[in-house]
Parts: sequence; structure tokens; C-alpha cells
Amino acid sequence: MRDVRDALLVGRDTKGALIQRPLSPFMIPTHYRPQLTSVLSISNRIAGVALCAGAILAVWWLLALAAGDAAFATVRAVTLSPIGLVLLFGWTLALVYHTLGGIRHLLWDAGRGFDLPAVHRSGWASVILTPVLTATLWLLGAWLLR
Amino acid sequence: MSDHAAPRVRVMRSYLGRARGLGAARTGAAHWWAQRVGSLALLPLTAWFVFTVMHLAPQGRAAALGYLHTPWNATLLLAFILVTFQHMQLGLQVVIEDYIHGSARTLALLAMRGVIGLGGIACLLAAIRIAI
Repeated sequence: MRDVRDALLVGRDTKGALIQRPLSPFMIPTHYRPQLTSVLSISNRIAGVALCAGAILAVWWLLALAAGDAAFATVRAVTLSPIGLVLLFGWTLALVYHTLGGIRHLLWDAGRGFDLPAVHRSGWASVILTPVLTATLWLLGAWLLR
Repeated sequence: MSDHAAPRVRVMRSYLGRARGLGAARTGAAHWWAQRVGSLALLPLTAWFVFTVMHLAPQGRAAALGYLHTPWNATLLLAFILVTFQHMQLGLQVVIEDYIHGSARTLALLAMRGVIGLGGIACLLAAIRIAI
């Protein structure tokens, strides 16, 4: 090994001989079958990255709002088009899920609900609440837009 | 053990020298804390933003400008932008560090920070323009 960083992964065994320290493998799906915990974890990350992409729409909306009537009319037309609505719905879904996932993480960091039964309970709660809350927001939105 | 030969260290540097500059030096928890504090702040701020979008959706540009012009809403919008872009930067940093290796990682991190930074500045500028 020539890379300095690789040298950090070299340790000594109990006899004093040099050994390569093992790295933990990427787990799903090669080493472990998918479980609720791992699937919800990677979903939270995917939702976060999706929200970053979806933020482009919010940035565009804000810039258009500041820019002028023509720009705002364009962004409004795109947002209320079928594709725009589908994107907006996906964005809401990701936002709700990522928020619920974030709340779970904050509770775990506070030392609460980190035993396996509680993790599964909050996990299933986020699975059920995500579509319920998303639908509620959209029904509310449709009612406001009526 | 495994089938590869026992590693030989050819780097002529001490363990301390190798470790320096590669990891935490009293700031190891800074990223973690920033992520938690930011996400805590984002809970009420996101609720406000979702309410704002739904409130403004049926209305035109003039109503949206008027709403975001008021001091409280302008303040909350600026806070939402700052914390959101900080949260995105921290989150994407971890994703890049986990999946991209070598010099491509550095490049990806720089590109990500550039895009997030410019997007954040553009949003702040738009919000300030609406506010004042």
C-alpha cells in the first residue's frame, strides 16, 4: 500500500503481526435481507436527496416571485400542469416521510425509543402516517383551491 | 484470515503523522450537532413553509408578495432558507462521502457546495428583495 490513508487501515493482531483491518460491507441486499429498519433508513436518505432535487422548484418559485409577473405566471403554469402536480405530490410525500424520519432520529438521539420493539413501532407509524398526512395536506390544498 | 498477503506498510511516517488532518480534532461532533440542531429548527419552519405555500397557492403574485413582505413572514422565510440550505449541504456531504471515493469525492463535494451555496444566495437575495 502506498496511500497514506490505506496505512490507517493496518493494525496488529494479538501476535504483533501486521493485518489489514476489515471494513464493514455494504449490507443490503448482498449480506442481509431487507428489514424494516434498513429499508426505512435508506428510504430516509433517498427522500432527503429527492427533496434536494425538489428544492429546485422552490428556488425557482421564489426567484420568479421576486422577478416579476411573467416569470411568476410561467412557474405557476408549470407547477399546476399534470407533470408539475405529480412532482409536487412526490415532493410532499418525500417531505412528510423525511420529516417523520427526522423526528424518529431526534428521539433516538435523545435516547428515546431505541429498543427494537419501539423502533419497529415508530417505523410502522411512519409508514402509515406518510400517506395519511400527505393525503390530508393535498385534500386541504384541493379544498383551498376549490 | 483472508486470501491476500499480510499488508506491509511502506509509508515512512509515524501513526500520528498519518492520522493528522484526516479526522476529528475536537470538532468531530460539529457536523452531527449542526445536523440535529438544524433539523430541530426545520420542524416548525417547514410547517410554516407548507402552510405558507398552501395559503398562497390559490392567490396571485400580489398576494404572495404582500404576505412575504410582512416582517414576521420575511424573518421566517430567511430563517427557513438559511437552515434548509445548511441542512441540505450537511446531508448531501454525508451521502457523497459514503458513496464516492478518491479524487471524485473532492470534486463532487466542491460542486455540491457550489450549487447549494449559489442556490442559497439566490433565494436569500429574492427573499430580501421581497421583504424590503
